Amino acid sequence: MAALTDLTISAARDGLAKREFSARELAQAHIAAVEAARALNAFLVETPERALEMATASDGRLRRGEARLLDGIPLAIKDLFCTKGIATTAGSRILEGFKPPYESTVSAKLWEAGAVLLGKTNMDEFAMGSSNTTSAYGPVENPWRRRGDNRKLVPGGSSGGSAAAVAARAAMGATGTDTGGSIRQPASFTGIVGLKPTYGRCSRWGIVAFASSLDQAGPMTRSVRDAALMLRAMAGHDPKDSTSAPVDVPDFAAALTGDIRGLKIGIPREYRLDGMPMEIESLWQQGMEWLRAAGATPVEISLPMTKYALPAYYIIAPAEASSNLARYDGVRFGLRVPGETLDEMYEATRAQGFGDEVKRRVLIGTYVLSAGYYDAYYLKAQKLRALIARDFTNAFQSVDVILAPTAPSAAFPIGERADDPIAMYLNDVFTVPGNLSGLPGLSVPGGLSSDATPLGLQVIGRPFDEATVLRVGEVLERAADFQARPQFIAGGGA
Amino acid sequence: MALDKATVAGIATLARIRVPEEDRARLAQELSGILTWIEQLNEVATDGVEPMVSVADITLPLREDCVTDGGKRDEILANAPQQAKGFFLVPKVVE
Repeated sequence: MAALTDLTISAARDGLAKREFSARELAQAHIAAVEAARALNAFLVETPERALEMATASDGRLRRGEARLLDGIPLAIKDLFCTKGIATTAGSRILEGFKPPYESTVSAKLWEAGAVLLGKTNMDEFAMGSSNTTSAYGPVENPWRRRGDNRKLVPGGSSGGSAAAVAARAAMGATGTDTGGSIRQPASFTGIVGLKPTYGRCSRWGIVAFASSLDQAGPMTRSVRDAALMLRAMAGHDPKDSTSAPVDVPDFAAALTGDIRGLKIGIPREYRLDGMPMEIESLWQQGMEWLRAAGATPVEISLPMTKYALPAYYIIAPAEASSNLARYDGVRFGLRVPGETLDEMYEATRAQGFGDEVKRRVLIGTYVLSAGYYDAYYLKAQKLRALIARDFTNAFQSVDVILAPTAPSAAFPIGERADDPIAMYLNDVFTVPGNLSGLPGLSVPGGLSSDATPLGLQVIGRPFDEATVLRVGEVLERAADFQARPQFIAGGGA
Repeated sequence: MALDKATVAGIATLARIRVPEEDRARLAQELSGILTWIEQLNEVATDGVEPMVSVADITLPLREDCVTDGGKRDEILANAPQQAKGFFLVPKVVE
């Protein structure tokens, strides 16, 4: 039998149901894997005792025939989700020592479904980054390396710790959040599956806010089916989040029929970028062929406003962040640096508590919202956002899903692009439009780059149509048959 | 838009982040670079376009105006860097 840490969530559920192993054994194997993975710096907090307690409760329910959807499944939680009584830092110094007195809705739903908490994962500070190098607690290392090159690679970001933990078999699945690509891009960089649901599908309550009109939680797993299972547990209307959608949560796994005959697959011509590596273009072509072979029809579409998505995003997201991050003032929680006056205390606390990228974005956000510049920048960006969303609405009148690359490159070495913010922002060129438009997007491992690191393909769907996105994603997954494994496996490997 | 050091200092004050004099030139350059890149949005005519505030196609829900939660003073204060007698402590504000 394969190592317990190598199982998918779906296989582990079967094994638990058949009593091939207990939830406690599964938890113990993963606790050891989390320890073995420490070199990756993927976890900020490990919760082995909590994991064993939760697993014991799961075993009780399994014995009594009361098993829930994710009973006994060991998961990692991105450190952006508040966990009651367990340190939550959002990757920032300014929240060091903060222990939330409440639990985020999404994590609470996972525990209600029987899942087991392994720990909290490292991330870019306040989810601002695409390489997990802006964390105040050090970068996360990707378990993959390039062929013939021993440099450490980034796992992508901002959900880099979650991605590395799942790829290295230290967790069976993890939560991520995606404001501009923070689930999908790290999933692509680490060879796993990452789903950003429709805006409003999962409650934002209890998730440390970055850009509230864009933030959305989602699952990161090693199979499309696992993402479907996890999403079902995470999703649902929550009166505590006024933007949470009052819509039913379908059985996403039941939608994985493998039948995509007759579906129309949009191929946006504007996603062919100048200077994009050939291997990304070839994988995209391959993806079209796979879907065609399964009976779907690729159709070229146009999303003319695509090139304006990133600059619009880099007004809207920092503007919302500058407002959301005003709460870190040294008064109610986290770090306080003393000052003579209240203002000096605020300024000293925020200067010491925030890292460079967070400061940059708060300053940009403050500027574009300030008197005299609001119309020229913020209002302009909101108008562009309307046009970008309209492109998708038009496209979805003639196609069922859109196929695109997830990111314009594979994982790069830690430290690369560090001194050029805009080069770093370009990582999200294919993911940001989906956030601005609120659409679901799924990244599925499609193949390997020329230096043998993972590349993802992205499926974007209509609002609240994750079922079709997952169905198409599973067809891609089967066709790609991605069996490659990272060089570092925490669970000891097969 | 090129920002100068004085503008950076002004924004930093609005954002309540202390930016020492020696960092202002570097920040002015970085922020100017980002703003110049952002200004490509001006290529697009947007007259008459309704600005999009949110994609959530829902009306904000209403509920009875009554107390549904509370009585959690100690929990709320538990994370405070400084507190006394059930209050957050801050440097003196009123002379």
